[in-house]
Amino acid sequence: MGAYAKGRQIGAIGGGKKTMSRHYQFETGLSMTGSNADYRAPIKPSQEGLVVAALYNKVAAKLGGTAISTPSVEVAHLDKAAADLANSRGKALVVSGSNDPNVQVVVNALNNLLGSYGSTIDINSPVNYRQGNDQQMNAFINEAKSGQVGAVLFFGANPVYDHPRGAELAEALPKVALSVSFADRADETASLSKYITPVPHFLECWNDAEPKQGFYSLTQPAITLIFKTRQFQSSLLTWAGKPSDYQTYLKNYWRSTQYPKASGFSSFEAFWVKCLNDGVFEPNKGAAAAGGASFAGNVAQAAAGIAQRYKPTTGMEVALYEKVGVGTGSMANNPWLQELPDPVSKACWDNYAAISQKTAHDMSLAQNDLVTVTVNGKSVELPILIQPGQADNTVSIAIGYGREKAGKSANGVGKNAYPFASITGGYATYSAFTAKVEKASGTHVIAQTQTHDTVMGRQAVLQESILAKYQKNPKAGRYEPKVQTSVGPTDPTDITLWNGYGKPTHSWGMVIDLNSCIGCGTCVVACNAENNIQVVGRQEVINRREMHWMRIDRYYSSDGEAENYSAMEVASANPEVTFQPMLCQHCSNAPCETVCPVLATTHSTEGLNQMTYNRCIGTRYCANNCPYKVRRFNWFKYFDNDNYDYHFNNDLGKMVINPDVTVRSRGVIEKCSFCVQRIQESKLTAKKERRKLGADEVQTACSQSCPTHAITFGDMNNPESTISKILEVELEGRAFHVLEEINVRPQISYLTKIRNKDEEPKKEATKESHA
Amino acid sequence: MSHVTAAVRTPLVTGGKTYADVTEDISKQVEGNPTREWTIAFTIAVIVLIYGAACVFWTWWEGLGVWGLNKTVGWAWDITNFVWWVGIGHAGTLISAILLLFRQKWRTAVNRAAEAMTIFAVLCAASFILMHMGRPWMALWALPLPNTFGSLWVNFKSPLVWDVFAISTYFTVSLVFWYMGLIPDLATIRDRAKSKVSRYIYGAFSLGWNGSAKTWARYEYMSLILAGLSTPLVLSVHTIVSMDFATSVIPGWHTTIFPPYFVAGAIFSGFAMVQNLVLIIRVVYKLEDYITIEHIESMNKVITLTGSIVGVAYLTEFFIAWYSGVEFESYAFINRATGPYWWAYWAMMTCNVITPQLFWSRAIRRSIVWTFVLSVVVNIGMWFERFVIIVTSLHRDYLPSSWAMFHPTLFDISDYIFSFGFFFTLFLLFSKFLPVVNMAEVKTIIKSSSEKLPISVSGVAKGERVANPTFNKDVE
Repeated sequence: MGAYAKGRQIGAIGGGKKTMSRHYQFETGLSMTGSNADYRAPIKPSQEGLVVAALYNKVAAKLGGTAISTPSVEVAHLDKAAADLANSRGKALVVSGSNDPNVQVVVNALNNLLGSYGSTIDINSPVNYRQGNDQQMNAFINEAKSGQVGAVLFFGANPVYDHPRGAELAEALPKVALSVSFADRADETASLSKYITPVPHFLECWNDAEPKQGFYSLTQPAITLIFKTRQFQSSLLTWAGKPSDYQTYLKNYWRSTQYPKASGFSSFEAFWVKCLNDGVFEPNKGAAAAGGASFAGNVAQAAAGIAQRYKPTTGMEVALYEKVGVGTGSMANNPWLQELPDPVSKACWDNYAAISQKTAHDMSLAQNDLVTVTVNGKSVELPILIQPGQADNTVSIAIGYGREKAGKSANGVGKNAYPFASITGGYATYSAFTAKVEKASGTHVIAQTQTHDTVMGRQAVLQESILAKYQKNPKAGRYEPKVQTSVGPTDPTDITLWNGYGKPTHSWGMVIDLNSCIGCGTCVVACNAENNIQVVGRQEVINRREMHWMRIDRYYSSDGEAENYSAMEVASANPEVTFQPMLCQHCSNAPCETVCPVLATTHSTEGLNQMTYNRCIGTRYCANNCPYKVRRFNWFKYFDNDNYDYHFNNDLGKMVINPDVTVRSRGVIEKCSFCVQRIQESKLTAKKERRKLGADEVQTACSQSCPTHAITFGDMNNPESTISKILEVELEGRAFHVLEEINVRPQISYLTKIRNKDEEPKKEATKESHA
Repeated sequence: MSHVTAAVRTPLVTGGKTYADVTEDISKQVEGNPTREWTIAFTIAVIVLIYGAACVFWTWWEGLGVWGLNKTVGWAWDITNFVWWVGIGHAGTLISAILLLFRQKWRTAVNRAAEAMTIFAVLCAASFILMHMGRPWMALWALPLPNTFGSLWVNFKSPLVWDVFAISTYFTVSLVFWYMGLIPDLATIRDRAKSKVSRYIYGAFSLGWNGSAKTWARYEYMSLILAGLSTPLVLSVHTIVSMDFATSVIPGWHTTIFPPYFVAGAIFSGFAMVQNLVLIIRVVYKLEDYITIEHIESMNKVITLTGSIVGVAYLTEFFIAWYSGVEFESYAFINRATGPYWWAYWAMMTCNVITPQLFWSRAIRRSIVWTFVLSVVVNIGMWFERFVIIVTSLHRDYLPSSWAMFHPTLFDISDYIFSFGFFFTLFLLFSKFLPVVNMAEVKTIIKSSSEKLPISVSGVAKGERVANPTFNKDVE
C-alpha cells in the first residue's frame, strides 16, 4: 500500500513531483482498490480471463509479442489501458486477483512483455504471508473422506468454515483417528476435532517469522499468559520429548542459523538483544539486486484454458470477495472490525448481495430486500445492497461472515458464502458463472454509517481536479469563494467577529492528502483502539449512532446536473469515488465552543478544541452546531451493559482499554482530541529530558497507523515539522479547508484529490471554481 | 380603573351582571364540590401524567438513546416540544401585560386563565430542558452558581445560558404577576369561606388583603410595574429562544429573521391555546356572560395578525435563501419543501398560513366551533414549524456523508404526552381551586362595559354570607 501511495503522491507530499501513476481496474464489484482507480470498468467474473487475454493481445500487438487466441470481449478502457501499458514499458505492472493459474500465466506473460521483471517486480524478495496449496488441501479432504488420514493437526486454520469444501471436511473429520486443533476457541474446526489444545494469542508467545524473503523478525510476549494455555510450538516440543521452553529453543535456533550471518557483534547475546530491540534482522540488507528471473510459462496453453473456461453468459453471476475489515472471517469476533464500515459500501455488521443499479431496477429490487442466491444447489438468503459500479447481472458477496462458533460478536452475523466457492481443476474459485437470484419475502436492514452517496456538487466540501490541470496550475480544482463587501470581493476568512486565540507554543494541525488516502479505514480502527471508543452494534449503527471519532466519508460522482438536487442524489452507474477522512477539525473559531452552556468544550493555547467530559451536561448543542458532524453523544452507557456486550463488559474485554484515556459515561459528548494524551505524554517526556519537543515527535493514532501516510500530524508553529514544510508549499497549492467559507478556521487542511485522467470527467463535484 | 366607554361599543359583560353576581358566579366554582366533568377530566389527566412520568423516568434511567435521535439529528421532539410550550406560554403575559398597558379591557375576562396557562406551559417547557440533557442531574451547572472549582463559570456566549436567564426571569415575573392578580380574589374567597381550613389557606395566600384604598393603590402600582417589566419579556424570551438557532452555523437555523418571526409565532400559538382552554372553561363553568363572543373574536384577530406575520416570515426565509446565493442555505429550504420531510413542511404551511386567514370571515371568527377547531390546527401547525426548523435543518446540513433521518420512538411520543398530563393536571387543579376569571378586574369594567348598568350596585352577594364586605369600595 505504501508503494502504491508513493506513486499517487504529488506536490509537497510526493517530494515535489508532479507526475503520478495511472491505475486501471477491471473488476466485478466496486472494491476499495477499484475505487482508487483512475479508470475502472466493471466486468463479469466470466469475462475475467478474456479481459486479461485481450489486454495481452492488445499490448502484444504494440510491443511485438505473439497473439493468443481467445474469444474477443468488449470492455471499456481496454484499448486505452493497453496503449498506456505499452507506452510505459519497464514502468508498468499488471496484477490479477484470480486464482486461475491460466489467468496468472497470461498476466505474467504480459508483465514479461512489459519488462516488469526486474523493474516493477522484485522476484527475489517475495512476501511470505500468504501461502497455500489448493491441490494438496483438496487431496487431503479427499483422503480424509475415504478414511485414509490417520492424524491431522490444525494450527491457525479453520478449514471447516473457510474452505470451499468445509462441509465435506466436517463430515470426514470423525473418520480421522487423531485430530488436534491448536486454537484459542472451539471454532468450527476445533469443535469437530477430538482434542483442542488451547493456544495463547501470538502476543503472549515467542516466535519468529520471515514475512518477506531475507527479512527475519521476532515476536516476544507483550504480556504473560492470561489463561492456562501453551503455545503450539511448546506442545510439539513436549510431545517430541524435548524441553518445552520455546524461548530457549528459538534462541538456540537463531544462534545456529542467524548468528553466523551477522557480523560486528561481540557475542550472540548482543546480537540477540539487538534483534529483539529492532524486531527484525536483515542479513542481506541492500545486497540483493532485482532481476535474474525470467518468464517461462506456456502462454498458448494458458490461452486455450482461458478460451475453454470463460464464455459469455446471460444470467446472473456471483463474485465472492473479502471485506477490508472482516477478511476471511478469522478475526470476525473482533467487534472493532465488525463495526468498521466497508470502505466502499459503508456497511458493517453484515454481508449482503451487492447488485448494480440497473440489475436492481430490472429485477424490481430495493435496498434491504431479501433475496435467495443459489449456486450449485446451495442457497443463501441475503439482503440487497445497491452498489454503484457493480457489473450488471452480477452479485458480489463477502466471505468471512456467518460464523457459528467464533464468539459472541461474530456468531450469526451475516451469512456464510464460502459454500459458493468451488474447486475448479484443483484450484479454489471464488466466483460462479451461473447463479440464481430470486426475491425472497421480507427485508433485512443493512447497517450503514453513511447513507447519502454523493457530495451534491459541494465544492466547499470536496475539491478535485485532474493531473494535466494540476501540472499547469497547482491550485487546479480549488474552490475559493469570495464574499461581496463594500471594498469588493473578500475572502470569507477576512471577515470575522472573533479575536481568535493565540497559539504561543504549539499549533497542532493535520494535513490529509486525498490522493494518498485509499479509504482503508486503518485510522478508524487505530483511533478506536487508542481512544477507547465504544462499539455499539448493528442496531445502533442502523440508528445512526456509531461512536467513531474518525470516519472516512466516501462520495460517488453523480451524473445529475447542477441544482437538479434529486438527480444529484443518485450516484453514477460506474462512479468516480473519493475518500475523505473526517474528524474533529479543531476549528479556531469553533462553533461548538460558543454554544456550550457550561464550557465543557473549550479552546487550548495549542489550537486544540478540548472536550471536558465530566463538565458536560449533554445538551448536544455542540453536536448540532458542528458543521462537520464529528461529535458523538453517549446515548446509553456502553460499558458494563449487557446490551452492549462487546469488549467493555467484563474484565477480559476491558484489557483493551487504553489507561491514558477516560472511558466516557452516558450522557456526555465525545470527539477527536488529536490524541491529546499522546501530545501530553511527549511534552512531559521532553520536559523530563530537558529538551525541546522534536519536530515530528507527536503522532496521533491515525497518522501513525496510516499505511499510505495520507495523514500528517504535527506542530504548525515549528518550521522544522513535516506539516509546516508541506503547508509552506501547499497553502498556495492543493491545501484547502473543508467549508472554508463559514470561517471556522480548521486546524486540518486537505490536499485536493488529483486523478490521473485525460479528459475532465463529467461530474458535478469537479466543475470549475467560480472566477 | 373606571373609565368611560362609548355607548356604541359592544358590552364586554353580558347578562346584566352585578358585582355580587360576578363574585357568586366565579367563586361558586371554587367553593362547590368538584363537578362530574372536572372529576373525569382530572382523572384522565392524572392517568396520562402517571404514564408519561413513567416514560420520562425510563428515559432518564436508560439514557436518551430510547429516543430516536442520532449523530446527525441531536435535537428533535425534545426541543420542538420545548419551543412549542414556551411559545404557548407567551399569550398569558401578552394579555396581562401588553394589553393592560394598551388598556384593552376585554383582557380582564381571560387574563387569569391565560396567565395560569403561561406558567404551566413554561413548566412543561422547562421539563423538556431537563429531559433533553444527557445528564439532567447536573442541570444546575447551567446556573452561574459559586462553586468549589474556582473560576469555573457558565459560558455567557451560549444561547442556552441566555435561555436559562430568559426563561427563569419570565417564569418568575409571570408567577408573581399571576399571584399578585390573584390576591384580591383570594381575599374574596377567604371572606366567603365557610370551613376553617379553606379560610386559613386562602387567608394565608391573600397576604392580609383588606380591600383598603391603600391596598388597591398598591395593587394598581404593582400591576403597572409588573406589566412594564413583563412587556419586554414577551418579546425577549422568544427572541432568545430563537437565538438558540439564529446564532448557530447550521443552514436553516442561521437566520436573522428568527427573533420577530419566533415572537409572532409564539403569540400566535399562545392565543390559539388560550382559545382552546377558555372555550372549554366558559361552557363548563357557565361563564358565557364574562367570556363572550367579543372576547373570542378579539383573540381571533390577534391570531390572524400574528399568523400573517408568521406566513410572511416563511416566505421571506425562502426568498432570502434564494437571494443570498449560499448553496447550503438554498438547499436547506429546497429540502424543507421537497425533501424527505416535505409532509412536515406542508403540514406547517397549511396549518399556519392558510388557517388564520379564514378568520377574515366574520362568521368564522365568531363561531365557537370554528375557533376551537382552527385553534387546535394552529397549534398542530406551530408544533410542525418547530419540528421543521429543527429536524429538517439538522438532518441534511453541510456534509452529505452525515445526512440522516430522524424517526420518533415510543419514548419521543410518550415524553411529549407526559407534558400534556402535567399541563392539564395543573390546569385542572387551578380551575378548581382558584377563580378562573379575575373577579376584581371584571368588576372594574362592570359599570363601563356591562350590557346593562345595574340599578343598585350591591357588594353583598345574594347569600348574605359576608357581613362586612370590603370589595365594593368604588361603589358610588
